[in-house]
Amino acid sequence: MKFLCLIYQEEKQEPNVPRDQVEQAKKDYWAFAEGIKKSGNYVGSHGLQHTDQATTVRVRNGKISTTEQLGGYFLIEAKDLNDAIQVAARIPSAKWGSIEVRPIWG
Amino acid sequence: MKYLCLIYEDEKWWEKATEADMQKGMADYNAFTQSIKQSGKYIGGEALQPTKTATSVRIRNGKLSTTDGPYVETKEQLGGYYLINAKDLNDAVQVASRIPGAQHGTVEVRPIMEFNQP
Amino acid sequence: MIRLLGDFDRAEEALQDAFAAAVERWPVEGVPANPRSWLISTGRFKAIDRLRKTRRESSPPDPLSLQERGNDSSEPEDYDVIDDRLRLVFTCCHPALNPDAQVAMTLREVCSLTTEQVAAAFLTTAPTLAQRIVRAKAKIRDAHIPYEVPSLPDLPERLASVLHVVYLVFNQGYFTRADLAAEAIRLGRLLVELLPEPEAIGLLGLMLLHDARRATRTTTGGVLIPLEEQDRSQWNQEQIEEGVALVHRAFQTRRAGPYALQAAIAAVHAEAQSSAETDWSEIVGLYDVLLRMDPSPVVELNRAAAVAMRDGPAHGLALIDAILARGELEEYHLAHAARADLFRRLGRTSEATAAYKRALALAVEEPERRLLERRLQEL
Repeated sequence: MKFLCLIYQEEKQEPNVPRDQVEQAKKDYWAFAEGIKKSGNYVGSHGLQHTDQATTVRVRNGKISTTEQLGGYFLIEAKDLNDAIQVAARIPSAKWGSIEVRPIWG
Repeated sequence: MKYLCLIYEDEKWWEKATEADMQKGMADYNAFTQSIKQSGKYIGGEALQPTKTATSVRIRNGKLSTTDGPYVETKEQLGGYYLINAKDLNDAVQVASRIPGAQHGTVEVRPIMEFNQP
Repeated sequence: MIRLLGDFDRAEEALQDAFAAAVERWPVEGVPANPRSWLISTGRFKAIDRLRKTRRESSPPDPLSLQERGNDSSEPEDYDVIDDRLRLVFTCCHPALNPDAQVAMTLREVCSLTTEQVAAAFLTTAPTLAQRIVRAKAKIRDAHIPYEVPSLPDLPERLASVLHVVYLVFNQGYFTRADLAAEAIRLGRLLVELLPEPEAIGLLGLMLLHDARRATRTTTGGVLIPLEEQDRSQWNQEQIEEGVALVHRAFQTRRAGPYALQAAIAAVHAEAQSSAETDWSEIVGLYDVLLRMDPSPVVELNRAAAVAMRDGPAHGLALIDAILARGELEEYHLAHAARADLFRRLGRTSEATAAYKRALALAVEEPERRLLERRLQEL
């Protein structure tokens, strides 16, 4: 069964993060992605550019402002929700942001 | 260049939809998916189950916290996405405007971040 | 059966069908050698029957996968009852479910209370509660919450969430619902039997020790009786002995946690002949350990009350004022009630009156309110 793990984190904080921490985060992400590729959980993933680069098609309600923004996702294959939570908890941003786990249709 | 088209729709729209609306909605999505596959712009896409199936996960002070529900409650909810290949933003918006969800919901187009191996 | 059928409602229906079949057939054919296995395999066939029927009537809810699971020959026929109950508890208390739903599901599915009974316990209507349960079951089904006991690395966190639900049920029945407290204790026993982890043992001990004082905690008129005024000869000695033994057992593991520590504190009270003869130094010491393990302003408040008993009211008062000065527990009625008690003992009547009034404005539980009113009258 497939799950989408949506990564929410505070964009606004990113310029304040020290360089070495950014490098460490990149390494952690790389290691995490390699890990779930080996374990067979990986289906796909992308990081997103910041929301100021976003274009909204057919705006009706204006933008919803939240402290954390969608920053990327991992599409994973997992046995069940426990398995998916296990994987999601290892996404480096779970330590400073929030991960939303949503089952995929079908 | 890669773009992610996030489809935000009022989940209630699908709940309230008649059988015929539902059929038409599915048919429209199938037709759209077929057409962008043929144009070579399709990379991937998935439909999500409703937000009531969502679980939010965080690690704080080394402890896992799991809660029921989506990260944020909104009037329109993320219901699915397409990952597309487009020439530029204009092209991406063109494609996004043809997503059936744009008829009654909102599509957010976000450029993908390219990373190099650290 | 939930594991076999992957759906709570379907499993419930199937089991009812199986029971109906048993009522018809057992008197005629005799009780089978393994009644439980018989019920489960009958239920399984009934469920497949039902699905075939619904498939004809409307669109199918994926009957193929169900049938595959139903015919899985690797399923042991001699069903492990113990394992099954644990699975049920962990599924109902899954942290991906809404906290209210966890409690409701546990009472409904594990304790077999009716929807009306659960609704009454939580001061809500049956339809609201039913809705909550329907939603939780839908999430279990759609998001694929597995029907299983968590693996070892997940166990501490998942067990904590189960124990939390059990303790919520216990506290919901603290004053007026002895039946809910009894259910919580029954659940606690089940957990200790199936999964004798130190914190499960500690929680059962804590609940037994608190419950042992149930009969002496309120007057017949429903006024809370403070610990120092309770008739200790009426405490349930059997429960106290069992609770104390559980505290020892939890501490012997050398992995005693916050529940075991709270139980140890309750045990010191339970074994004292009177409030004056209580070993308050021991209690303060236990609160010190608890504070290091699980810091919270409420634990600090309780520690302050124990310090007041050991060193005198003024010492306790200074500690409570320090907590309030940090802006914590400002809205917590027991902080103001404890402060009022200490003012009273110091003979500072007007300050005591003001603090009792503040506590009364915040208190919700009727027995607590009545005690505060009594204190105000006595001043």
